[in-house]
Amino acid sequence: MQKIGVFVCHCGTNISATVDVKKVAETLGKEPGVVYSTDYQFMCSSSGQNLVIDKIKELGLTGVVICSCSPRMHEKTFRKAADKAGLNSFLLEMANIREQDAWVHKNREEATLKAVALARAAVAKVHLNTPLTPGSSDVNKRALVIGGGIAGMQAALDIADAGFKVDIVEREATIGGTMTQIDKTFPTLDCASCILTPKMVDCEQHENISLVTKSEVDTIEGYVGNFTVKIKHKAKYVDPDKCTGCGLCIQKCPSKKVPDPFNLNLAPHTAINITFPQAVPLVATIDADNCLMIQKGKCGLCATVCPADAINYEDKDSIEEKKYGAIIVSTGFKPISLHNFDEYAYDNSPNVVTSLEYERLMSATGPGKGTVLRPSDGKHPKTIVFQQCVGSRDTSGRGKTYCSGICCMYTAKHAMLTREKYPDTDVYVFYTDVRSPGKGFDEFYRRAVEKYHVHYIKGAIGKVVPMSNGNLQIQASDLLMNEQLHIEADLLVLAAAMEPDKSAKPLAQKLTASMDNDDWFTESHPKLRPVESPTAGVFLAGACQGPKDIPQTVAQAGAAASKAIGLLIKDKLQGNPCVAHSDENMCNGCSQCANVCPYGAITYEEKDFRMPDRTTLVRRVASVNPAVCQGCGACTVVCPSGAMDLFGFSNKQILAEVDALCL
Amino acid sequence: MVYSYYPGCTLKNTAKELDECGRISAEALGFTLEEITDWQCCGGQYTSGKDEIVTKLSSVRALDDAKKSEQDLVTLCSACYNVIKQTNNAMIEDSDMQMKVNNYLKLDEPYKGETSVYHFLEVLRDKVGFDKVKEAVKAPLKGKKVGAYYGCLLLRPGKVLQFDDPENPKIMEDFIKALGGTPVIYNMRNECCGGYTILEDTDAAGRNTSKILLNAEDMGADFLITACPLCQYNLMQNSLSEKTPIYYFTELLAHALGLREKECFK
Ligand SMILES: Cc1cc2nc3c(=O)[nH]c(=O)nc-3n(C[C@H](O)[C@H](O)[C@H](O)COP(=O)(O)OP(=O)(O)OC[C@H]3O[C@@H](n4cnc5c(N)ncnc54)[C@H](O)[C@@H]3O)c2cc1C
Repeated sequence: MQKIGVFVCHCGTNISATVDVKKVAETLGKEPGVVYSTDYQFMCSSSGQNLVIDKIKELGLTGVVICSCSPRMHEKTFRKAADKAGLNSFLLEMANIREQDAWVHKNREEATLKAVALARAAVAKVHLNTPLTPGSSDVNKRALVIGGGIAGMQAALDIADAGFKVDIVEREATIGGTMTQIDKTFPTLDCASCILTPKMVDCEQHENISLVTKSEVDTIEGYVGNFTVKIKHKAKYVDPDKCTGCGLCIQKCPSKKVPDPFNLNLAPHTAINITFPQAVPLVATIDADNCLMIQKGKCGLCATVCPADAINYEDKDSIEEKKYGAIIVSTGFKPISLHNFDEYAYDNSPNVVTSLEYERLMSATGPGKGTVLRPSDGKHPKTIVFQQCVGSRDTSGRGKTYCSGICCMYTAKHAMLTREKYPDTDVYVFYTDVRSPGKGFDEFYRRAVEKYHVHYIKGAIGKVVPMSNGNLQIQASDLLMNEQLHIEADLLVLAAAMEPDKSAKPLAQKLTASMDNDDWFTESHPKLRPVESPTAGVFLAGACQGPKDIPQTVAQAGAAASKAIGLLIKDKLQGNPCVAHSDENMCNGCSQCANVCPYGAITYEEKDFRMPDRTTLVRRVASVNPAVCQGCGACTVVCPSGAMDLFGFSNKQILAEVDALCL
Repeated sequence: MVYSYYPGCTLKNTAKELDECGRISAEALGFTLEEITDWQCCGGQYTSGKDEIVTKLSSVRALDDAKKSEQDLVTLCSACYNVIKQTNNAMIEDSDMQMKVNNYLKLDEPYKGETSVYHFLEVLRDKVGFDKVKEAVKAPLKGKKVGAYYGCLLLRPGKVLQFDDPENPKIMEDFIKALGGTPVIYNMRNECCGGYTILEDTDAAGRNTSKILLNAEDMGADFLITACPLCQYNLMQNSLSEKTPIYYFTELLAHALGLREKECFK
């Protein structure tokens, strides 16, 4: 015979102002199986908890129902109390009479009736509850960071400093990400390299960090604490252990007209190359598509001159399998392609560039070696026009609906740096709104307008006509003056919207991590769990989660690292016992459960079954990996034969609750 | 392949060259333009009258005629193309319009937008293929720098016409390449020629066409080609000292195919 105790909380006046708590306690006291029912001002206080503990002990309660707030708030608190009293914590249930009742109703009578109904449902469930014990699994004390931009580097350094091993898997030949391409950084205008390269070197030298460059994640299996990851190393054609980065091969390479993605094709580089002088690791790699030796079997100069004997034309892609306890995703962002924005003539004139290209034009490691020169003829530009919001805040379907967040600030930076270095240059900025809410950001923008006399114009460019001398005839609207403007410019710089890296989507599928409609990784809770992905053990850092500047990126990376450290520091992880399980005798092997499982927790196996006539039948049946299952219940809903069920939320328990509510 | 051909009024008057060169070139390239009998004005002057039923009727008659002959409808004039294709689209998407037009016309079977509408250039690109056009060229336009002038009617509204990228089209450039010429890209090529404002405010139209011509000249075009009689008229009015003449694209085609030689293309 069940002995159930019911405890009704006032929550100060949060509940009791709308719900007649005395009446709820009284009514519930008459339910079959309920041996004790009371109300109390604050159930979550230590005296409230002690009340529960005392009554469990005193009356030998076999089940407890707390009528109070959402289980998200205090389920853990009360389950701990039950545990203390020696009652299996899964024999305690909560009825949410605050968020789902007192807070949303005004009529006291109705709210009281609803509270009674909710409490009854909980009692009906507790009647069927069984004791559950969470399993535990080991934690592999190594972290994987995917993407070696400033976000990945910062997260890796923090985790490594805490004493855990970290691998940074980076697709390119060097770590550093977008910041390596930037000249100076807002709002303080310190040079990007000066703040970035020391960190890159720190990563390389840290005893706990391994840099896995020119590599990508191939497959991911397993679960929090226990991920098995296959990493694909792309052929480098140069042995990184032997290469000293001396650069002799680059001087001799005859293939000198190879497009250089680091300089966004504004200048060529050689087939064997080092991305830029401060690259980490400082080793050469060969662009196989453009190497004469690899393509045509003729040349081999680099191998001849290499003093370290590091060149290997036969190098092949390879796969390595590794185990990790935690994964940090930091794959960053990229400017969108401007293909849909032909009114700016990006495809029709070399003097129309993106903001990232402008960074390269300004940079000391760029094609102009620090002097801004027009791509068409190498002349010094005298009139430069900037257009913001190209593809951002765009509801026409050509671009992105969101604000890319960083463009107002970097455009102000570009305008200011240009005026500072070349005071004879006229600079125009066309803007939609100037958004500058960061620390010191508005002052920064105002400095561009007030001190550097940049012409800020609210409006937009409608048409760009390139001329034979390379100049651009720009037609634009000034919305404040209600005027048409005609500007003859030397250079037009477009602040393209930012989007997630193209590899983010397939990666999210491998991780079973979720994304929003624009393919940004989504966090577990937008306010309270901003660096955790909904998939346990996967954390988010930097611009892969949404456009961010460097300060925001670094802050988020640190937060993600601390969450990962919190996981890695544990020896064992307690699982969630409320997981799915399948009744093999009822399962008909239809695969519907496996198809809906978002976590990949369900597999199928062929099993022998003894039949009543003593023959053996081989049947395909579902099996759930309890360590991977998150207990979402999707499988129990689709299962046509009723074989799939969830511990703690069985079909029977749910129906009992529904019956109690409706009958 | 036989197409239902809708010439339109201008092609029977001032733009005879556009029509005749188009027809003979079609034959040389293996397709026939079969003129729709009893066609009437496409409604060209009234394109912007969206809610006007009467102006849609003649277009729908032509479209229905093509439907009955089970042929696609082809035009050479940009304006006719624009009007007929937009009307056809309205007959598919706007059920109210469809009902009203059919009530007026009392056809044997209601017309619901079944006919496909193509511009001659689309036939060259998508049905014949520019590579085939290139093979048929007898007098390639070696060394000729040709600017394509699109105007607006071929390109916009882009979502309905789906002819080419309205901001950076390339179909005429590919056409010029197929004929052995060198296309000159100048960004004013899709700007308005002034259209009918030339009747009301000649100066305004003149300002527009001057900008177009100056840009084409500056980028090095020897001459321009167009598919629109109205554009051609407006640009000719402003073609100062005949420095950059403007021809119909079919004249160029007929010349390159060796069908109708023209001194100026040699
Ligand atoms: C034009 C421009 C100017 C800017 N100027 C400033 C400024 O002045 N001040 C400022 O604060 N911020 C500025 N920013 C913003 C700054 O660049 C970002 O805040 C920062 O780069 C975000 O870092 P991240 O590590 O999240 O992403 P990223 O820098 O994009 O790095 C992501 C890394 O992940 C790698 N990667 C991607 N996918 C994979 C994969 N599947 N597998 C392995 N590796 C992968 C990439 O190769 C890259 O190395 C600017 C941005 C732009 C575009």
